[in-house]
Amino acid sequence: MRKRTSIITAVLATLLASSAYAAETGKDIAFNRSKGNCLACHGMPTLPDAEQPGESGPPLIAMQARFPDKKVLRAKIWDATASNPESFMPPMGKHQILTEEEIDKVVEFLYGL
Amino acid sequence: MKKIVIALAGLGILVGAFSAYAGPEEDRQKLVSYFKNKFPDLKFDDYIYSALAFDPDAKSQYNSIMEFPPYLSELEKGEKLWNTPLKSGKTYADCLPNGGKMIAGNYPLFDDARGKVITLEDALNDCRKVNGEEAYKNADPKTMGLLSAYMRTLSDGMKVNIKVVGEGALKAYEDGKKTFYRRAGQLNFSCGSCHVDNAGLRIRSELLSPVIGQTTHWPAFRGGDKLVTLQKRYEGCQKNVRHVSDKAGSTRYNNLEYFHSYMSNGLEMKSSVFRK
Repeated sequence: MRKRTSIITAVLATLLASSAYAAETGKDIAFNRSKGNCLACHGMPTLPDAEQPGESGPPLIAMQARFPDKKVLRAKIWDATASNPESFMPPMGKHQILTEEEIDKVVEFLYGL
Repeated sequence: MKKIVIALAGLGILVGAFSAYAGPEEDRQKLVSYFKNKFPDLKFDDYIYSALAFDPDAKSQYNSIMEFPPYLSELEKGEKLWNTPLKSGKTYADCLPNGGKMIAGNYPLFDDARGKVITLEDALNDCRKVNGEEAYKNADPKTMGLLSAYMRTLSDGMKVNIKVVGEGALKAYEDGKKTFYRRAGQLNFSCGSCHVDNAGLRIRSELLSPVIGQTTHWPAFRGGDKLVTLQKRYEGCQKNVRHVSDKAGSTRYNNLEYFHSYMSNGLEMKSSVFRK
């Protein structure tokens, strides 16, 4: 039953994502290669569909515990080099790779991991 | 006493001067030992395989493809271009040092008289111009690509041997180094972000190759028969990371190739190769 539900959810998600009218979810943005492209560097061990993730960044897991203050997580995504100049992570907000609204959605999505 | 103080001061200046000087050889040695620490099992000579050196499965596929490479007929076209006499009646072999054999590892070189970096493609085009022909476009896969692909096979087994001598050469090298290490573009990556700091790691399913060894095997035939020159690859790489790319043959790319090739000094050349 659970499997079937997840298949249906996946199908629905695909349909929704392909519909021009559907609003993009935080997950869509995170998975989209020309937007967040988080999987290029980060694994998401709790998500079975986060396939073949890259290895360069730390896995995205237990995000609430790791970032009790959501603002800190958002700031990392907006410009990781502000808190760590050596960070390899693209400054998603500072360089307008994502809009402010998209970053908010991604933060919410990550907070569920 | 005074003498000793002066002598010590002199020594201090000398030591200071030495430690402040970061020459190309020092840059290269640092990278070699950085990678040696990072990948203690990888032999220096294996860096010519780039990302394949980290992936035994991909390497064994590569080995079987290279037994009978799908691009041999392309190389034959290049051989024909190489052997066709130019308008003056002379050939490329007449025009280049050592008949064009075992010289590719010396390029790019810095030409003091012209005050700029000369790539192997430039040297071939110079041959064309002095012998009454028009220059080929730098990275055109149908002309310069094929010609240089064949010509480089004549240097298979030669070790990369780039020299940086004199002020002008050093300036060009430093400019290439700056291009390599400077973070830029929307994603804020430098070449080094991927090919030094993250070399050997996967970006999604793709392994990032280390900078050392990267210049030893161009042009590559990607997917079997699609010829891509080194500088054409620079264009693609820069586009991928959302940099503003140049056209192959720009001064910036020539200087980058100069620095980039120096980092492969001592490694064996092999042209051409298959890459996926």
